[in-house]
Amino acid sequence: MRLGSQGTLRIYALLILPLPVIILVGYLLPTLGLLGWSFSLPQPGVQHYATILDSATIHTIIWRTLRICLLTTLISVAIAYLIAYRWRFASGRGRQFIELFVLLPFWLSMLIRAFAWLVLLRNDGLVNQSLLTLGIVDEPLALVRNELGALIGMVHFMVPYAVLPLLSSMRQIDDGLLRAASSLGAGRWAMLKDVFFPLTLPGVAAASATVFVFSLGCFVTPALLGGGKAAMLAESIYIQMFQLSNWGLGAALSIVLMLMVAVCAVVFGKLVGFGRLTGRTA
Amino acid sequence: MSTLPTVNRAAAQTPAATRFKLRFDVARLLSFAGLWLAAGFLLLPILVIVPLSFGDQRYLAFPDGAWSLRHYLELLSGGWLSSILQSLGLAIVVGVVSTALAFLFATGIWLEPRYRVALTGVVLLPMIVPQVVSAMSIYYLGARVQQLDTLLSVGFGHLMMALPYSLIAMLVAYSRLDTSLYKASRSMGAGLWMTIRQVLMPNVRVGMAGSFFMAFIMSWEEVVVTLFTSGLNVITVPKRIWDGLRYNLDPAVAAVSTLMIFITLVVLLVRLYRHGRNADTPGR
Repeated sequence: MRLGSQGTLRIYALLILPLPVIILVGYLLPTLGLLGWSFSLPQPGVQHYATILDSATIHTIIWRTLRICLLTTLISVAIAYLIAYRWRFASGRGRQFIELFVLLPFWLSMLIRAFAWLVLLRNDGLVNQSLLTLGIVDEPLALVRNELGALIGMVHFMVPYAVLPLLSSMRQIDDGLLRAASSLGAGRWAMLKDVFFPLTLPGVAAASATVFVFSLGCFVTPALLGGGKAAMLAESIYIQMFQLSNWGLGAALSIVLMLMVAVCAVVFGKLVGFGRLTGRTA
Repeated sequence: MSTLPTVNRAAAQTPAATRFKLRFDVARLLSFAGLWLAAGFLLLPILVIVPLSFGDQRYLAFPDGAWSLRHYLELLSGGWLSSILQSLGLAIVVGVVSTALAFLFATGIWLEPRYRVALTGVVLLPMIVPQVVSAMSIYYLGARVQQLDTLLSVGFGHLMMALPYSLIAMLVAYSRLDTSLYKASRSMGAGLWMTIRQVLMPNVRVGMAGSFFMAFIMSWEEVVVTLFTSGLNVITVPKRIWDGLRYNLDPAVAAVSTLMIFITLVVLLVRLYRHGRNADTPGR
C-alpha cells in the first residue's frame, strides 16, 4: 500500500510506536538494569558469576533443574502423544470429552492445580490415607514437598501444552495417506510405526521444545510442590532475593536462566524451524 | 472418521488375519485404557477440590456428614473480599489498557508492515522470557522508581505480561482483514481516524474482545510478578492463595478454587457446544 510520507509518519508516531516504546522502557531497559545489578551489587565485579561457576550448591540446583525438566518433557510428551492421537481420530462426543479434559486444566491457574496435588499427595492426603487403609504401606509415603512432588505437578502442568502442537501436526496428516498405506497391505501397527509416527516427528520436536523451555523457568509449581527441598533455578532466584537479600546473585542467576532459555530456544529453533516453534505454519 | 481405516474385508477371513485383528483390538484397548488414565490424571486431582470446599471444619477436610458453606462465607469477609476486588479492578484496567495499545499497534502494523517482524518480536519478548526473569525486571523497575508494593507497579507488571497475548489476538483479527477496505474508505474521503473508528474497529470487534479477555485472564491469574513486586499493601487473589498454600492449607483456597473451576467449566462447555455444532459437519 502506498501512503504519503506524512501519513506514514503519523501512523508510526501515533499507532505503531507507543507499544514497542512501552516494552522498551518498561521491560527491556529494566532487564539491562538487572544485568547491571549482577555486576555491581553489593560491590562492582564479577564475583557472582565466579560463585555460579564454583559453588557446588548452585551446580546441584542447575543439574536438578535440568534433570526435572528433562523428565518432565519425556513423561508429558509421551502422555500428550497418546491424548493427541486419540483426539485426532475421535469423533463427536469423544472429541468433546478429550477437548474438555485437556482444556480445563490448561485454563486453570497453576496455583489451583498445585493446591489439588497438595491435597492428594500430602502425608495425610487422599492417596496416603487410601494406601494406609488398604494396608499397602505402613507409614505415609513422601509424595510431595520433594522432587517427586515437583515432577508430578510439572507433568500435570505441561501435558496440555504438549498436546496442542502434537495435535496440530497430527491434523496435517491426510487421511488418504493412511488409507493408502493400509490398502498397500500395511497393518495398523506398521502404518502407525512407518507412516503416522514419522510424520508427527516435527510435532514431537515442537512439543518437547515448548515443554522443556517452559519447564526451565517454572517457579510456582516446583516451589509449592517441591516444598523448598528441591529448589530449581527459578525458585533459587526468589530465595536469593527475598530470603537472603542477595540481590546481586539473584540478578546473576536470572541472567544465567535467561541465557539457558535463549540457548535452548536457538538450538530447538535450528532443529525444528522457528516457524513451527511459534506455532505458525507459514 | 472414528477409527483408523481397517484392512480390507476379504483378508479378514483367513485365520492369520483373525489373529492379527485380535492383537490389534488389544492394542486399541490399551490405548483407550491409557486415554482414561490420562484423563483421570488430568481431571481427578482438580475435581477432588470441590467436595473439600464444602467441608464443615475450621481446617481443610472433607465434609463429614454435614456440608457447609463456611469457607465460601469467608471469601466475603475482609481479607479475601478486598483481594477479590483488587484483582478484579487490576484485571479490568490491565485489560482495557492492553487492548487499546495492542489495537493501535496492530492497526498501524497492518497499514504499514515494513518493520513488522522486528517490532512484533520486541513486543512478544515478555512471553518467551521466563516469568521469573520478567518478575525480576519489573522488580528492578519498581525499585528504581520507588513504587514497589503499589497498585501502579503491580498493574504495570501485569500489563507487560498481558501485552503479548493481547497483541496475538489483535494480529489474528487483522490477518483476516483485506487492506482494500482501508483504501476504499480513504478514497471516499474519510480521514485516518474516521477510517479507524468507523471502518476498522467494527471489523476487528471480536479480536478486541479476545484481546481484552486474554489480558484480563493474564492479570487475574498472574502470580510470579505479583509475588516479586508486592508486599503488604497489594494482595491479589493469587498472592493470597500462594500465602494460603505455602505453609499450611487454607480451606478458603478450596472455595475460591471451586468457584474458578466452575466458571472455567461453564465457559468451556458453552464454547464446546457452540463450536461443536459446526465442528462435526462434513467437509471440515
